[in-house]
Amino acid sequence: MSDIPTDLHYTETHEWLREEDDGSLLLGVTAHAVELLGDLVYVELPEPESELSGGEACAVVESTKAASDVYSPVNGVVEAVNEALNDSPELVNQDPYGAGWLVRIRPATTGSFDGLLDAGQYANHIESAG
Amino acid sequence: MLIYAHSRPGRLAWAQVPAGDFPVDDLPAVLLRGDPPALPEVSELDVVRHYTRLSQQNFSIDTHFYPLGSCTMKYNPRGANTLAMLPGFLARHPLAPDATGQGMLSCLYELQGILQSVSGMQAVSLAPMAGAQGEFSGVAMIRAYHLARGDFGRSEIIVPDAAHGTNPATAAMCGYRVREIRTDADGDVDIEALKQAVGPQTAGIMLTNPSTLGIFERHIAQIAEIVHAVGGLLYYDGANMNAILGKVRPGAMGFDVMHFNLHKTFSTPHGGGGPGAGAIGAGPRLEPFLPLPLVVRDESGFHLQGERERPRSIGRLSAFNGNLGVLLRAYVYIRLLGGEGMNRVADYATLNAAYLAKRLAAVGFELAFPRRRASHEFIVTLRRLAKERGVSAMDVAKRLLDYGFHAPTTYFPALVPECLLIEPTETEAKETLDAFVEAMAAILAEAEQDPQKLKGAPYTTPVSRLDEVRAARKPDLAWKPPGSEA
Repeated sequence: MSDIPTDLHYTETHEWLREEDDGSLLLGVTAHAVELLGDLVYVELPEPESELSGGEACAVVESTKAASDVYSPVNGVVEAVNEALNDSPELVNQDPYGAGWLVRIRPATTGSFDGLLDAGQYANHIESAG
Repeated sequence: MLIYAHSRPGRLAWAQVPAGDFPVDDLPAVLLRGDPPALPEVSELDVVRHYTRLSQQNFSIDTHFYPLGSCTMKYNPRGANTLAMLPGFLARHPLAPDATGQGMLSCLYELQGILQSVSGMQAVSLAPMAGAQGEFSGVAMIRAYHLARGDFGRSEIIVPDAAHGTNPATAAMCGYRVREIRTDADGDVDIEALKQAVGPQTAGIMLTNPSTLGIFERHIAQIAEIVHAVGGLLYYDGANMNAILGKVRPGAMGFDVMHFNLHKTFSTPHGGGGPGAGAIGAGPRLEPFLPLPLVVRDESGFHLQGERERPRSIGRLSAFNGNLGVLLRAYVYIRLLGGEGMNRVADYATLNAAYLAKRLAAVGFELAFPRRRASHEFIVTLRRLAKERGVSAMDVAKRLLDYGFHAPTTYFPALVPECLLIEPTETEAKETLDAFVEAMAAILAEAEQDPQKLKGAPYTTPVSRLDEVRAARKPDLAWKPPGSEA
């Protein structure tokens, strides 16, 4: 079983969200997703200040196997993107919950994580998907 | 080794140097280059040996079994090649008048007709020059149809998660939003998810049947009903037509438009050796929008129809008339087979796939859909091997090269973990299939005993394991002559 930190919120499509002290949200993909994808070779990130709608694709991660959409779990605005990934997509493989973050989101409503999974629920989800 | 490594100053292939003088003083000075091009200086024998050696390093259908799923790498009969290369075909200029090309046009006309009858479509255009261009035409026609009716609210194309990657790309290229729907546990489209997804915003759905999972979509009639009920249209991706040739027509399944991969189903060279041909067929609603030109026949003979006769067409896809050389090869192949032969294509394509699936399961491979009958291809998943021995589908694929087999398609479709998509085609004999099973069984034994060995494969090929990650992250695309600035 891959690493699933308990302080994050998760989606069934393998994104994680971390609430920061300033109320912004960091979005990334989980260690399990990275394991399935293999070595990333390209990450496509949204434009800063662009609008995000919950459930819609906002980034693309591409490995030697496949390209996958990354979905924003919440409505909001892109505050910043992880520019380091343009040159070093491997950061997502090396540190998916840290240096491999994708997008910093200013959410439309703070503190609302309805419909997202906690670490235990996410672990069950990937176990049942086998 | 590049041809430049053989280069020596002043060496020349005299016999190949064109005779005569070729003045360029009628070209604008701005278009003339200052320095001579960096061409290799080599003898004729150097060139012949160099390229012959390169050709010997190829894995190709002429030298190896090539079970590359969804690509239908079948043998290309030499007879089709010979007849398509008749001087009258080769020398014909694309702008020559119809009257001097009646033989060529009659072949194309017959090919259109044959494709109509095997697909159940009302009309066929041979214009698209690749499968992807065929897809693009088909979805552009769906768009043109809705717009012509003043139906401006249709913004979405539905694509199942098992689809070929070209399907969502095509929909996006035609300006549509892609709505992905799930596949259920047995590999059929999830009907409930489809019902949720359709509505007045639905322009259409793109489907392959049999699907990329190598199984026949059993709910196709119901899917057609659901999509048509909301005013959407059905697009058939013809990549897997080999399985159903002469057995069932996409038109009878409810499809409104489809493309054929002539380079797959109708055995013209492809896979780097292309080019392809993606003929497109349309039912009654979409027929007026077919791309140009179409070949028609009247009392005076065969003619190419253009914008004047077909004003509602989505237009032309290239300057001339499609990939004629490919179209002719497909035409000859079809005439060699005849109607009976086409039936046998589907019979043996499916028989070979079913046989290979059963035998691989018997030697210990896990089928992704064991409860379903294989169509012309099937999926093996190596998830157990990956988990227990750390051996990936890629490792097994690479090791197959050492055993003299081209690897199957790997990691597609993406929804099956660690998968190999295997398509033997009808042109392989039982002995070849048995040899492939033996190789796979031997590799499975290696994976259990010495997984590390597979990690380094292949060992016998001119280059061993390539660093795909580095190749993608730091591609080196432009060759620079030795001694030039980097």
